[in-house]
Amino acid sequence: MDAILLQILNGLDKGSAYALIALGLTLIFGTLGVVNFAHGALFMIGAFCSVTLQRILNISYETIDPTKTDFLGNPAKIKTPYVESWFGPEMGSSIIEWSVPLAILFAIPIMIGIGFIMERGLIKHFYKRPHADQILVTFGLAIVLQEVIKYYFGANPIQTPAPDALEGVAQLTSTIVYPIWRIVYFCFALVIIGAVFAFLQFTTFGMVVRAGMADRETVGLLGIDIDKRFTFMFGLAAAVAGLAGVMYGPINAPNYHMGMDFLVLSFVVVVVGGMGSLPGAVAAGFLLGILESFASMKEVITIVPGINQIIIYLVAIVILLTRPRGLMGRKGVME
Amino acid sequence: MFGLDKKDSTLLLIVALLTMLAPFIFNPFPTDSGLAQFNAGYPDLMQRFVIFGIFAIGFNILFGLTGYLSFGHAAFLGVGSYSAVWMFKLLSMNIVPAILLSVVIAGLFALVIGFVSLRRTGIYFSILTLAFAQMSFALAYSVLTPLTNGETGLQLTLDDPRILGSSATADGSIPVTNLFGLEMRSAYDLVIGPWSFTFSAGYYVCAIVMLLSFYLAIRIFRSPFGMMLRAIKSNQQRLNYTGLNPKPYTLAAFVISGMYAGLAGGLMAAMDPLAGAERMQWTASGEVVLMTILGGAGTLIGPVLGAGAIKYMENIFSKINDNVLHGWFAFLPDGIEDAIVFIIHPFVGKGWHLTLGIIFMLVVTFLPGGLVEGGQRIARLFNRKKADDPKSASTEPAE
Repeated sequence: MDAILLQILNGLDKGSAYALIALGLTLIFGTLGVVNFAHGALFMIGAFCSVTLQRILNISYETIDPTKTDFLGNPAKIKTPYVESWFGPEMGSSIIEWSVPLAILFAIPIMIGIGFIMERGLIKHFYKRPHADQILVTFGLAIVLQEVIKYYFGANPIQTPAPDALEGVAQLTSTIVYPIWRIVYFCFALVIIGAVFAFLQFTTFGMVVRAGMADRETVGLLGIDIDKRFTFMFGLAAAVAGLAGVMYGPINAPNYHMGMDFLVLSFVVVVVGGMGSLPGAVAAGFLLGILESFASMKEVITIVPGINQIIIYLVAIVILLTRPRGLMGRKGVME
Repeated sequence: MFGLDKKDSTLLLIVALLTMLAPFIFNPFPTDSGLAQFNAGYPDLMQRFVIFGIFAIGFNILFGLTGYLSFGHAAFLGVGSYSAVWMFKLLSMNIVPAILLSVVIAGLFALVIGFVSLRRTGIYFSILTLAFAQMSFALAYSVLTPLTNGETGLQLTLDDPRILGSSATADGSIPVTNLFGLEMRSAYDLVIGPWSFTFSAGYYVCAIVMLLSFYLAIRIFRSPFGMMLRAIKSNQQRLNYTGLNPKPYTLAAFVISGMYAGLAGGLMAAMDPLAGAERMQWTASGEVVLMTILGGAGTLIGPVLGAGAIKYMENIFSKINDNVLHGWFAFLPDGIEDAIVFIIHPFVGKGWHLTLGIIFMLVVTFLPGGLVEGGQRIARLFNRKKADDPKSASTEPAE
């Protein structure tokens, strides 16, 4: 029983990353009809937002402490981050410690900005072109973004530790312990997903966007500038991917190819959920996450060796062949 | 010539000349000159040019003609490599049975994957092929280790049986791959003054295979079968309405292109008898997509050009470092020199992927026909200047 519960937790945790990325992909596909292969790169950029913030917070000035010497006999230099001198040592060091959660605030405007630039600068010109062209140009963009990040941050993973308070494990029941940060990640994913759905469901803006997703032309005829709203939705989708990346940092140290690693899986999630269906993307994300973690149980592997590596693809193939629209795809969208 | 019309024969002849004289063409700079690092005429790289040329020609038969974008073609290349290496291990070091087996196995593999994947079109087809390829990659890494030797990659060893050959040579080393006795590694160096040209047996074997597959591709492009494939690309629905079933045609195209990939994989193993799972990863599939698009999808010569361009960049462009750049711009005043080097620095050396990505994006955006279309546009520009001859203004696509 414990093993099963643990696998469900693992699955929800993996699934929340899949679900967040797939949600963004679906937002872009559902509104703009663009297949965005650069979405993995947005996830990666999000992760590097928190790396950047961490570096900014750690910018320090040096003071010379005459009482101590270093091993060469010179007076020791003490580095003090500016943050500590502005807010006092205690407040300052806790700000630095909490850099990953703070990076959420830092990443939102950056990601929305990147989304805006991408949509207005590049993707806009590809609405009328075939899906293959969209895939290719965004694939090229993904390579470019990845290389830019590699140029500035190097090829090695960079640690972005979680705050001390959220590090370590939590005692869930008498027998199950689970890393706290993973629980935080799951809750965070739920909040973001809930917020996106609430935004679409309960605001006028969201209502117009949903109307545009259903019938873009009619909304345009009603005198609403739907393009402007869709551009904002692209920014929002970029932000969702970016936030997923920011919070993923403590689980897996950000490196420049993490986006490509996630891209394939998240596309599989999107088509399993049904292209253009937001609930489908979220459900499929969690579903595939749970399936994957169950498949990696020892008992399962001994029966079907290697199943943990391929289960997601296997499920995707079966679903694509038996349910052409995916789990929750709407009729008439990308069949 | 060989059942081709005049234009195609000329194209084939040009390609034949280029590949046969490649050791000269790619080695324009004397060996001790500063530009010698741009010489691409060493056997290893030239082999890669033609092998990836074959891979891209095959991919183009599927993508260029039918419009089905497969993101899993590297799987066939990997399968081809594995089967060739197994042939070297079990049968003999002759490359003919190895390459035959790799083509056949890759073809069968493509038949299965194609049969399933081709039930869907568009993005779903891409995802299905991607899923299959990733599955093969994951399996090759983990469960199939007895067959693939996992992360280490499949290699030859001294105690392989090699029924028709010897397990080890007289001096106790692993025998080298050969074509009826002609060793693939053997090479002849021709030194003319400061130039040095290497003629390698392996390269010429690859080049001849490439010419044959290029010829086959021309025949496919010009055949009624090729016409059908184009019809599928332009409007599949209409084809259905006329009572034709496109499925057998697309499946045939898929299998043919899979066999091309298997051939490339087999040749790769024949030149260097080892096979690793990373050849099957989806980024490797992405690379052949890049090659084909960069050169010009749907054209005959495009994929070969694209493959050459990318492999040249990967091997030569990536060697340019800051010292070389400083050498080039040394004639400028120091400040300007440093500034220019600083600007160029991210795009060369280790950053060549960045250049590749940018070029690729520009090509997809502005030149959907790839390098071939670019060449045509330039040709048209020159023709327009001549003006008097109205016929020359209408260039047909140089497929």
